[in-house]
Amino acid sequence: MRSVAIVGASLAGARALQELRGQGFDGEVVLIGEEPHRPYDRPPLSKEFLAGAIDRDALDLLDTEDDLGVTYRLGVRAERLDPANGRLTLSDGGEVFADGVVIATGGRARTLPGAEGVAGVHVLRTLDDALRLRAELSGSPRVVVAGAGFVGAEVASTCRGLGLEVTVLEALDAPLSRVFGPELGAVCARLHAEHGTRLRCRSVVSGLTTVDDGPRGRRVTGIDLADGGHLPADVVVVGIGMSPAADWLIGSGLTVGNGVHTDRGLVTELSNVVAIGDVARYAGERGDRLRHEHWTNATEQAGVAVTNLLAGRTVRGHTASGYVWSDQYGGRIQVAGHPAPGDRLVLVEGTTEDSSFAATFERDGGTVGVFALNNAKLFNRLRRQALRPPAPVA
Amino acid sequence: MMRACTVDELPPGESVRIPGPAPIAVFNADGELYAIDDTCSHQDASLAEGWLEGCFVECPLHAALFDLRTGMPSCLPAKKPVRTYAVLVEDGVVYVHADNADNAEGQEDAA
Repeated sequence: MRSVAIVGASLAGARALQELRGQGFDGEVVLIGEEPHRPYDRPPLSKEFLAGAIDRDALDLLDTEDDLGVTYRLGVRAERLDPANGRLTLSDGGEVFADGVVIATGGRARTLPGAEGVAGVHVLRTLDDALRLRAELSGSPRVVVAGAGFVGAEVASTCRGLGLEVTVLEALDAPLSRVFGPELGAVCARLHAEHGTRLRCRSVVSGLTTVDDGPRGRRVTGIDLADGGHLPADVVVVGIGMSPAADWLIGSGLTVGNGVHTDRGLVTELSNVVAIGDVARYAGERGDRLRHEHWTNATEQAGVAVTNLLAGRTVRGHTASGYVWSDQYGGRIQVAGHPAPGDRLVLVEGTTEDSSFAATFERDGGTVGVFALNNAKLFNRLRRQALRPPAPVA
Repeated sequence: MMRACTVDELPPGESVRIPGPAPIAVFNADGELYAIDDTCSHQDASLAEGWLEGCFVECPLHAALFDLRTGMPSCLPAKKPVRTYAVLVEDGVVYVHADNADNAEGQEDAA
Protein backbone atom coordinates (compact mmCIF):
# COMPACT_ATOMS: atom_id res chain seq x y z
CA MET A 1 0.00 0.00 0.00
CA ARG A 2 1.60 3.24 -1.12
CA SER A 3 -1.10 5.82 -0.60
CA VAL A 4 -4.05 6.34 1.72
CA ALA A 5 -6.91 8.81 1.46
CA ILE A 6 -8.68 9.76 4.68
CA VAL A 7 -12.16 11.10 4.00
CA GLY A 8 -13.23 13.36 6.83
CA ALA A 9 -11.04 15.96 8.56
CA SER A 10 -12.58 14.94 11.85
CA LEU A 11 -11.25 13.60 15.15
CA ALA A 12 -11.46 10.12 13.61
CA GLY A 13 -9.65 11.35 10.49
CA ALA A 14 -6.92 13.09 12.49
CA ARG A 15 -6.37 10.04 14.67
CA ALA A 16 -6.24 7.82 11.57
CA LEU A 17 -3.45 10.02 10.20
CA GLN A 18 -1.55 9.84 13.49
CA GLU A 19 -2.05 6.07 13.64
CA LEU A 20 -0.86 5.59 10.06
CA ARG A 21 2.39 7.39 10.84
CA GLY A 22 2.64 5.86 14.31
CA GLN A 23 2.26 2.38 12.86
CA GLY A 24 5.01 3.03 10.35
CA PHE A 25 3.18 3.90 7.15
CA ASP A 26 5.49 6.16 5.15
CA GLY A 27 3.47 6.49 1.95
CA GLU A 28 1.37 9.37 0.73
CA VAL A 29 -1.62 10.45 2.86
CA VAL A 30 -4.34 12.80 1.66
CA LEU A 31 -6.86 14.18 4.15
CA ILE A 32 -10.11 15.33 2.58
CA GLY A 33 -12.50 17.53 4.54
CA GLU A 34 -15.79 19.14 3.59
CA GLU A 35 -15.31 21.94 6.08
CA PRO A 36 -12.64 24.53 5.33
CA HIS A 37 -10.98 23.79 8.67
CA ARG A 38 -8.07 21.61 9.67
CA PRO A 39 -9.21 18.87 12.07
CA TYR A 40 -10.52 20.33 15.31
CA ASP A 41 -11.91 19.01 18.57
CA ARG A 42 -15.68 19.19 18.85
CA PRO A 43 -16.46 18.71 22.57
CA PRO A 44 -15.55 22.31 23.53
CA LEU A 45 -17.93 23.69 20.87
CA SER A 46 -20.89 23.42 23.24
CA LYS A 47 -18.89 24.56 26.25
CA GLU A 48 -15.77 26.74 26.53
CA PHE A 49 -15.72 27.69 22.86
CA LEU A 50 -19.41 28.61 22.80
CA ALA A 51 -18.88 30.69 25.93
CA GLY A 52 -16.01 32.50 24.22
CA ALA A 53 -13.54 31.32 26.86
CA ILE A 54 -11.18 29.63 24.39
CA ASP A 55 -10.35 30.45 20.80
CA ARG A 56 -10.07 28.45 17.60
CA ASP A 57 -6.40 27.55 18.07
CA ALA A 58 -7.20 25.65 21.26
CA LEU A 59 -9.35 23.27 19.22
CA ASP A 60 -6.61 22.16 16.82
CA LEU A 61 -6.09 18.40 16.85
CA LEU A 62 -2.94 18.49 14.74
CA ASP A 63 -0.17 20.97 15.43
CA THR A 64 1.09 22.78 12.37
CA GLU A 65 4.62 21.84 13.38
CA ASP A 66 3.75 18.13 13.51
CA ASP A 67 5.24 16.91 10.29
CA LEU A 68 2.97 14.04 9.48
CA GLY A 69 3.47 14.52 5.76
CA VAL A 70 -0.17 14.94 4.91
CA THR A 71 -1.71 16.69 1.94
CA TYR A 72 -4.89 18.52 2.91
CA ARG A 73 -7.84 18.84 0.55
CA LEU A 74 -10.12 21.04 2.64
CA GLY A 75 -13.39 22.72 1.72
CA VAL A 76 -14.26 19.93 -0.70
CA ARG A 77 -16.58 17.03 -0.19
CA ALA A 78 -15.93 13.51 -1.37
CA GLU A 79 -18.89 12.67 -3.58
CA ARG A 80 -18.11 9.27 -4.97
CA LEU A 81 -15.90 6.29 -4.30
CA ASP A 82 -14.91 4.09 -7.21
CA PRO A 83 -13.10 1.26 -5.48
CA ALA A 84 -12.15 -0.63 -8.64
CA ASN A 85 -9.92 2.27 -9.65
CA GLY A 86 -9.08 3.53 -6.16
CA ARG A 87 -10.64 6.82 -7.09
CA LEU A 88 -12.45 9.44 -5.03
CA THR A 89 -14.37 12.13 -6.86
CA LEU A 90 -14.53 15.48 -5.08
CA SER A 91 -17.17 18.21 -5.09
CA ASP A 92 -14.82 20.60 -6.93
CA GLY A 93 -14.44 18.10 -9.76
CA GLY A 94 -11.03 16.97 -8.57
CA GLU A 95 -10.03 13.36 -8.09
CA VAL A 96 -7.87 11.61 -5.54
CA PHE A 97 -6.36 8.19 -6.23
CA ALA A 98 -5.35 6.01 -3.30
CA ASP A 99 -4.55 2.38 -2.56
CA GLY A 100 -6.36 2.54 0.78
CA VAL A 101 -9.30 4.58 2.04
CA VAL A 102 -10.31 5.53 5.58
CA ILE A 103 -13.94 6.66 5.73
CA ALA A 104 -14.38 9.10 8.62
CA THR A 105 -17.18 11.30 7.36
CA GLY A 106 -19.10 11.45 10.63
CA GLY A 107 -22.61 12.76 10.22
CA ARG A 108 -24.92 15.71 9.99
CA ALA A 109 -26.95 17.19 12.81
CA ARG A 110 -30.68 16.60 12.49
CA THR A 111 -32.92 19.61 12.64
CA LEU A 112 -36.64 20.29 12.93
CA PRO A 113 -38.91 20.11 9.91
CA GLY A 114 -39.36 23.59 8.50
CA ALA A 115 -36.19 24.91 10.14
CA GLU A 116 -34.24 25.09 6.89
CA GLY A 117 -33.21 28.67 6.20
CA VAL A 118 -35.01 30.11 9.24
CA ALA A 119 -32.76 32.60 11.05
CA GLY A 120 -32.31 32.01 14.76
CA VAL A 121 -32.63 28.22 14.50
CA HIS A 122 -29.35 26.44 15.12
CA VAL A 123 -27.83 23.02 15.28
CA LEU A 124 -24.44 22.45 16.89
CA ARG A 125 -22.02 20.05 15.32
CA THR A 126 -19.42 22.04 13.44
CA LEU A 127 -17.11 24.91 14.28
CA ASP A 128 -19.12 27.18 11.99
CA ASP A 129 -22.34 26.11 13.74
CA ALA A 130 -20.78 27.17 17.04
CA LEU A 131 -19.62 30.52 15.65
CA ARG A 132 -23.09 31.25 14.26
CA LEU A 133 -24.75 30.34 17.54
CA ARG A 134 -22.22 32.26 19.61
CA ALA A 135 -22.87 35.38 17.53
CA GLU A 136 -26.55 35.24 18.51
CA LEU A 137 -26.04 34.82 22.25
CA SER A 138 -25.32 38.48 22.93
CA GLY A 139 -28.19 40.84 23.71
CA SER A 140 -30.05 38.61 26.18
CA PRO A 141 -31.99 36.39 23.77
CA ARG A 142 -34.53 33.93 25.13
CA VAL A 143 -33.06 30.54 24.27
CA VAL A 144 -35.05 27.36 23.73
CA VAL A 145 -33.15 24.11 23.37
CA ALA A 146 -34.99 21.24 21.70
CA GLY A 147 -33.61 17.97 23.04
CA ALA A 148 -32.12 17.33 26.50
CA GLY A 149 -29.30 15.04 25.42
CA PHE A 150 -25.69 15.89 26.19
CA VAL A 151 -25.33 18.53 23.48
CA GLY A 152 -28.60 20.21 24.45
CA ALA A 153 -27.75 20.12 28.14
CA GLU A 154 -24.29 21.54 27.58
CA VAL A 155 -25.62 24.36 25.40
CA ALA A 156 -28.22 25.13 28.07
CA SER A 157 -25.50 25.12 30.71
CA THR A 158 -23.31 27.48 28.69
CA CYS A 159 -26.22 29.82 28.01
CA ARG A 160 -27.09 29.92 31.72
CA GLY A 161 -23.44 30.71 32.41
CA LEU A 162 -23.86 33.69 30.09
CA GLY A 163 -26.88 34.77 32.15
CA LEU A 164 -29.48 33.88 29.52
CA GLU A 165 -33.02 32.67 30.04
CA VAL A 166 -33.09 29.04 28.87
CA THR A 167 -35.82 26.47 28.39
CA VAL A 168 -35.01 22.88 27.44
CA LEU A 169 -37.66 20.74 25.76
CA GLU A 170 -37.55 16.97 26.07
CA ALA A 171 -39.97 14.49 24.53
CA LEU A 172 -39.26 11.77 27.12
CA ASP A 173 -40.31 11.69 30.79
CA ALA A 174 -36.78 12.66 31.82
CA PRO A 175 -33.57 13.57 29.98
CA LEU A 176 -31.57 10.60 28.69
CA SER A 177 -33.90 8.19 30.47
CA ARG A 178 -33.97 5.91 27.44
CA VAL A 179 -30.23 5.36 27.88
CA PHE A 180 -29.64 5.67 31.61
CA GLY A 181 -33.05 4.88 33.06
CA PRO A 182 -35.44 7.05 35.09
CA GLU A 183 -33.29 7.48 38.24
CA LEU A 184 -30.35 8.98 36.38
CA GLY A 185 -32.71 10.83 34.08
CA ALA A 186 -33.97 12.54 37.23
CA VAL A 187 -30.38 13.49 38.08
CA CYS A 188 -29.95 15.15 34.68
CA ALA A 189 -33.24 16.97 35.25
CA ARG A 190 -32.12 18.11 38.69
CA LEU A 191 -28.92 19.65 37.25
CA HIS A 192 -31.04 21.84 34.98
CA ALA A 193 -33.41 22.83 37.78
CA GLU A 194 -30.59 23.66 40.21
CA HIS A 195 -29.09 26.07 37.72
CA GLY A 196 -32.19 27.94 36.67
CA THR A 197 -32.85 26.20 33.37
CA ARG A 198 -36.53 25.45 32.80
CA LEU A 199 -36.89 21.83 31.71
CA ARG A 200 -40.16 20.77 30.06
CA CYS A 201 -40.39 17.02 29.67
CA ARG A 202 -43.02 15.20 27.58
CA SER A 203 -42.86 18.20 25.27
CA VAL A 204 -43.02 17.38 21.60
CA VAL A 205 -42.27 20.14 19.13
CA SER A 206 -44.94 20.48 16.45
CA GLY A 207 -43.59 23.48 14.59
CA LEU A 208 -41.82 26.81 14.53
CA THR A 209 -43.41 30.23 14.50
CA THR A 210 -41.57 32.77 12.37
CA VAL A 211 -41.72 36.39 11.28
CA ASP A 212 -40.65 38.06 8.05
CA ASP A 213 -37.01 39.06 8.47
CA GLY A 214 -36.74 41.23 5.36
CA PRO A 215 -34.37 40.21 2.60
CA ARG A 216 -32.87 37.52 4.79
CA GLY A 217 -36.07 35.51 4.77
CA ARG A 218 -37.75 34.45 7.98
CA ARG A 219 -36.72 34.52 11.59
CA VAL A 220 -37.89 32.29 14.42
CA THR A 221 -40.16 33.75 17.10
CA GLY A 222 -41.05 30.62 19.01
CA ILE A 223 -41.91 26.97 19.14
CA ASP A 224 -45.32 25.34 18.94
CA LEU A 225 -45.80 22.26 21.08
CA ALA A 226 -47.92 19.23 20.28
CA ASP A 227 -49.98 19.80 23.45
CA GLY A 228 -51.09 23.15 22.05
CA GLY A 229 -48.62 25.24 24.02
CA HIS A 230 -46.36 27.89 22.58
CA LEU A 231 -42.94 29.07 23.77
CA PRO A 232 -41.53 32.37 22.60
CA ALA A 233 -37.88 32.13 21.55
CA ASP A 234 -35.28 34.41 20.02
CA VAL A 235 -32.79 31.58 19.55
CA VAL A 236 -33.66 27.91 19.08
CA VAL A 237 -30.98 25.24 19.37
CA VAL A 238 -31.92 21.83 18.03
CA GLY A 239 -30.11 18.94 19.68
CA ILE A 240 -31.93 15.87 18.46
CA GLY A 241 -29.10 13.73 17.19
CA MET A 242 -27.34 13.17 13.92
CA SER A 243 -27.52 11.12 10.75
CA PRO A 244 -24.38 9.34 9.56
CA ALA A 245 -22.93 10.82 6.37
CA ALA A 246 -22.76 7.67 4.28
CA ASP A 247 -25.08 8.48 1.38
CA TRP A 248 -22.15 9.48 -0.80
CA LEU A 249 -21.08 5.82 -0.78
CA ILE A 250 -24.31 4.51 -2.31
CA GLY A 251 -23.31 2.93 -5.60
CA SER A 252 -19.75 2.28 -4.47
CA GLY A 253 -20.49 -1.37 -3.80
CA LEU A 254 -20.18 -0.91 -0.04
CA THR A 255 -23.17 -1.71 2.14
CA VAL A 256 -24.71 1.49 3.45
CA GLY A 257 -27.57 1.71 5.92
CA ASN A 258 -27.47 3.86 9.06
CA GLY A 259 -23.74 4.18 8.39
CA VAL A 260 -21.15 2.18 6.49
CA HIS A 261 -21.21 -1.51 7.31
CA THR A 262 -17.94 -3.09 8.39
CA ASP A 263 -16.73 -6.26 10.04
CA ARG A 264 -15.65 -6.36 13.69
CA GLY A 265 -12.34 -4.77 12.71
CA LEU A 266 -13.89 -1.74 10.93
CA VAL A 267 -13.05 -3.21 7.52
CA THR A 268 -15.72 -2.90 4.83
CA GLU A 269 -16.41 -5.53 2.17
CA LEU A 270 -13.22 -4.23 0.57
CA SER A 271 -10.07 -5.02 2.50
CA ASN A 272 -8.51 -1.70 1.47
CA VAL A 273 -11.44 0.42 2.72
CA VAL A 274 -12.08 0.92 6.44
CA ALA A 275 -14.63 3.09 8.26
CA ILE A 276 -14.29 4.72 11.69
CA GLY A 277 -16.08 7.10 14.00
CA ASP A 278 -19.74 8.13 13.93
CA VAL A 279 -20.24 6.77 10.40
CA ALA A 280 -18.96 3.23 11.06
CA ARG A 281 -21.61 0.58 11.67
CA TYR A 282 -19.55 -2.42 12.66
CA ALA A 283 -20.34 -6.02 13.46
CA GLY A 284 -20.60 -6.56 17.19
CA GLU A 285 -19.66 -9.64 19.12
CA ARG A 286 -23.21 -10.95 19.33
CA GLY A 287 -24.01 -10.74 15.66
CA ASP A 288 -25.50 -7.28 16.14
CA ARG A 289 -24.56 -4.07 14.34
CA LEU A 290 -23.22 -1.21 16.41
CA ARG A 291 -22.53 2.43 15.78
CA HIS A 292 -21.30 4.94 18.37
CA GLU A 293 -21.35 8.72 18.22
CA HIS A 294 -18.66 9.45 20.77
CA TRP A 295 -15.28 11.11 20.97
CA THR A 296 -13.50 8.21 22.64
CA ASN A 297 -14.93 5.68 20.23
CA ALA A 298 -13.50 7.58 17.27
CA THR A 299 -10.03 7.54 18.83
CA GLU A 300 -10.26 3.86 19.79
CA GLN A 301 -11.41 2.80 16.34
CA ALA A 302 -8.69 4.66 14.44
CA GLY A 303 -5.90 2.45 15.76
CA VAL A 304 -7.76 -0.80 15.07
CA ALA A 305 -8.84 0.22 11.57
CA VAL A 306 -5.36 1.40 10.57
CA THR A 307 -3.77 -1.85 11.78
CA ASN A 308 -6.23 -3.83 9.69
CA LEU A 309 -5.87 -1.53 6.68
CA LEU A 310 -2.09 -1.90 6.69
CA ALA A 311 -2.34 -5.67 7.28
CA GLY A 312 -4.69 -6.05 4.34
CA ARG A 313 -7.09 -8.10 6.43
CA THR A 314 -8.79 -8.04 9.82
CA VAL A 315 -6.22 -8.92 12.43
CA ARG A 316 -7.77 -6.89 15.26
CA GLY A 317 -11.38 -6.51 16.36
CA HIS A 318 -12.82 -3.39 17.92
CA THR A 319 -14.30 -3.42 21.40
CA ALA A 320 -15.93 -0.16 22.39
CA SER A 321 -15.26 1.10 25.90
CA GLY A 322 -18.49 3.06 25.80
CA TYR A 323 -16.80 5.94 27.59
CA VAL A 324 -18.56 9.28 27.40
CA TRP A 325 -18.47 12.39 29.49
CA SER A 326 -20.44 15.59 29.72
CA ASP A 327 -19.56 18.80 31.50
CA GLN A 328 -22.65 20.67 32.63
CA TYR A 329 -23.21 23.47 35.12
CA GLY A 330 -19.71 23.15 36.54
CA GLY A 331 -20.13 19.42 37.12
CA ARG A 332 -19.02 16.36 35.23
CA ILE A 333 -20.96 13.25 34.24
CA GLN A 334 -18.94 10.19 33.20
CA VAL A 335 -20.30 6.93 31.81
CA ALA A 336 -18.56 3.76 30.71
CA GLY A 337 -19.71 0.41 29.42
CA HIS A 338 -22.98 -0.26 27.68
CA PRO A 339 -25.93 0.34 30.01
CA ALA A 340 -29.40 -0.37 28.73
CA PRO A 341 -32.90 0.24 30.02
CA GLY A 342 -33.79 -2.47 32.51
CA ASP A 343 -30.31 -2.68 34.05
CA ARG A 344 -30.29 -2.46 37.81
CA LEU A 345 -28.69 0.70 39.17
CA VAL A 346 -26.50 0.09 42.23
CA LEU A 347 -25.09 3.07 44.11
CA VAL A 348 -21.48 2.58 45.17
CA GLU A 349 -20.97 5.97 46.82
CA GLY A 350 -23.45 8.69 47.65
CA THR A 351 -27.05 8.89 46.49
CA THR A 352 -28.57 10.26 43.31
CA GLU A 353 -29.63 13.28 45.36
CA ASP A 354 -26.03 14.18 46.09
CA SER A 355 -23.79 16.52 44.15
CA SER A 356 -21.27 13.68 43.83
CA PHE A 357 -21.95 9.98 43.51
CA ALA A 358 -20.96 6.84 41.63
CA ALA A 359 -23.11 3.90 40.57
CA THR A 360 -22.93 0.76 38.48
CA PHE A 361 -25.40 -0.83 36.08
CA GLU A 362 -25.94 -4.51 36.82
CA ARG A 363 -27.29 -7.14 34.44
CA ASP A 364 -27.30 -10.94 34.67
CA GLY A 365 -25.04 -10.91 37.71
CA GLY A 366 -22.39 -8.70 36.17
CA THR A 367 -21.49 -5.01 35.99
CA VAL A 368 -22.18 -3.68 32.48
CA GLY A 369 -21.80 0.03 33.06
CA VAL A 370 -20.50 2.73 35.39
CA PHE A 371 -21.98 6.19 35.96
CA ALA A 372 -20.54 8.97 38.08
CA LEU A 373 -21.36 12.58 38.82
CA ASN A 374 -18.35 14.57 40.04
CA ASN A 375 -16.53 11.46 41.17
CA ALA A 376 -13.80 10.82 38.60
CA LYS A 377 -11.55 8.91 40.94
CA LEU A 378 -14.09 6.28 41.91
CA PHE A 379 -15.47 6.22 38.38
CA ASN A 380 -12.12 5.19 36.94
CA ARG A 381 -11.58 2.61 39.66
CA LEU A 382 -14.97 1.03 39.01
CA ARG A 383 -14.40 1.19 35.29
CA ARG A 384 -11.22 -0.84 35.66
CA GLN A 385 -12.12 -3.14 38.51
CA ALA A 386 -15.87 -3.72 38.38
CA LEU A 387 -16.82 -3.42 34.73
CA ARG A 388 -17.24 -6.85 33.22
CA PRO A 389 -14.73 -7.35 30.45
CA PRO A 390 -16.42 -7.65 27.08
CA ALA A 391 -17.11 -11.18 25.93
CA PRO A 392 -14.16 -12.66 24.08
CA VAL A 393 -14.37 -12.56 20.32
CA ALA A 394 -14.81 -16.01 18.86
CA MET B 1 7.60 25.36 50.11
CA MET B 2 4.02 24.15 50.37
CA ARG B 3 2.67 21.67 52.86
CA ALA B 4 0.82 18.86 51.06
CA CYS B 5 -0.22 16.45 53.80
CA THR B 6 1.23 14.10 56.35
CA VAL B 7 3.05 10.95 55.22
CA ASP B 8 0.22 8.90 56.76
CA GLU B 9 -2.30 10.66 54.54
CA LEU B 10 -0.46 9.57 51.41
CA PRO B 11 -0.07 5.79 51.38
CA PRO B 12 1.18 3.98 48.25
CA GLY B 13 -1.23 4.27 45.34
CA GLU B 14 -2.84 7.43 46.70
CA SER B 15 -2.73 11.07 45.74
CA VAL B 16 -3.54 14.43 47.25
CA ARG B 17 -4.40 17.72 45.62
CA ILE B 18 -2.99 21.01 46.83
CA PRO B 19 -5.58 23.60 45.81
CA GLY B 20 -4.63 27.05 44.59
CA PRO B 21 -4.49 29.10 41.43
CA ALA B 22 -2.22 26.42 39.92
CA PRO B 23 -3.16 23.30 41.90
CA ILE B 24 -0.55 20.60 42.41
CA ALA B 25 -1.07 16.84 42.60
CA VAL B 26 1.18 14.75 44.85
CA PHE B 27 1.40 11.00 44.32
CA ASN B 28 2.78 8.08 46.24
CA ALA B 29 3.87 5.66 43.50
CA ASP B 30 4.91 2.51 45.38
CA GLY B 31 6.77 4.51 48.01
CA GLU B 32 8.22 7.20 45.75
CA LEU B 33 6.63 10.63 46.07
CA TYR B 34 6.09 12.83 43.02
CA ALA B 35 4.44 16.19 42.48
CA ILE B 36 3.14 17.57 39.20
CA ASP B 37 0.66 20.17 38.00
CA ASP B 38 -2.77 18.91 38.94
CA THR B 39 -4.53 20.21 35.84
CA CYS B 40 -4.12 18.07 32.74
CA SER B 41 -2.31 19.90 29.93
CA HIS B 42 -5.03 18.79 27.51
CA GLN B 43 -8.33 19.85 29.06
CA ASP B 44 -9.68 20.73 32.46
CA ALA B 45 -9.31 17.65 34.66
CA SER B 46 -7.63 16.94 37.99
CA LEU B 47 -4.74 14.49 37.63
CA ALA B 48 -4.92 13.80 41.38
CA GLU B 49 -8.13 11.96 40.52
CA GLY B 50 -6.34 9.94 37.85
CA TRP B 51 -5.39 6.29 37.81
CA LEU B 52 -1.89 5.57 39.08
CA GLU B 53 0.06 2.84 37.34
CA GLY B 54 3.74 2.55 38.25
CA CYS B 55 5.14 6.04 37.88
CA PHE B 56 2.50 7.08 35.37
CA VAL B 57 -0.83 8.73 36.00
CA GLU B 58 -3.74 8.47 33.60
CA CYS B 59 -5.93 11.54 33.26
CA PRO B 60 -9.43 10.69 34.53
CA LEU B 61 -11.11 12.53 31.65
CA HIS B 62 -9.45 11.41 28.38
CA ALA B 63 -6.86 8.86 29.51
CA ALA B 64 -3.75 10.85 28.58
CA LEU B 65 -0.75 9.34 30.42
CA PHE B 66 1.86 11.43 32.19
CA ASP B 67 5.23 10.30 33.49
CA LEU B 68 5.39 11.52 37.10
CA ARG B 69 9.19 11.73 36.92
CA THR B 70 9.32 14.10 33.96
CA GLY B 71 5.79 15.44 33.46
CA MET B 72 5.93 14.31 29.83
CA PRO B 73 2.78 12.91 28.22
CA SER B 74 3.27 9.48 26.71
CA CYS B 75 0.10 9.33 24.67
CA LEU B 76 -2.62 11.45 23.10
CA PRO B 77 -4.67 13.49 23.58
CA ALA B 78 -2.16 15.40 25.72
CA LYS B 79 0.69 16.90 23.76
CA LYS B 80 2.23 19.29 26.27
CA PRO B 81 4.02 18.30 29.48
CA VAL B 82 2.88 19.26 32.95
CA ARG B 83 5.39 20.80 35.36
CA THR B 84 7.09 18.66 37.96
CA TYR B 85 8.01 19.75 41.48
CA ALA B 86 10.49 18.57 44.04
CA VAL B 87 8.97 16.76 47.03
CA LEU B 88 10.44 16.82 50.51
CA VAL B 89 9.50 14.84 53.60
CA GLU B 90 10.32 16.32 57.00
CA ASP B 91 9.05 15.14 60.39
CA GLY B 92 6.33 13.05 58.79
CA VAL B 93 5.04 15.90 56.65
CA VAL B 94 5.12 16.04 52.84
CA TYR B 95 6.17 19.37 51.33
CA VAL B 96 6.33 20.49 47.70
CA HIS B 97 8.91 22.93 46.34
CA ALA B 98 6.53 24.97 44.21
CA ASP B 99 9.02 27.81 43.81
CA ASN B 100 11.62 25.35 42.61
CA ALA B 101 9.57 24.18 39.65
CA ASP B 102 11.29 22.59 36.73
CA ASN B 103 10.51 24.56 33.64
CA ALA B 104 8.12 22.74 31.37
CA GLU B 105 9.55 24.33 28.22
CA GLY B 106 13.05 23.34 29.25
CA GLN B 107 11.95 19.75 29.72
CA GLU B 108 10.50 19.72 26.27
CA ASP B 109 13.78 20.96 24.82
CA ALA B 110 15.71 18.39 26.73
CA ALA B 111 13.49 15.52 25.63
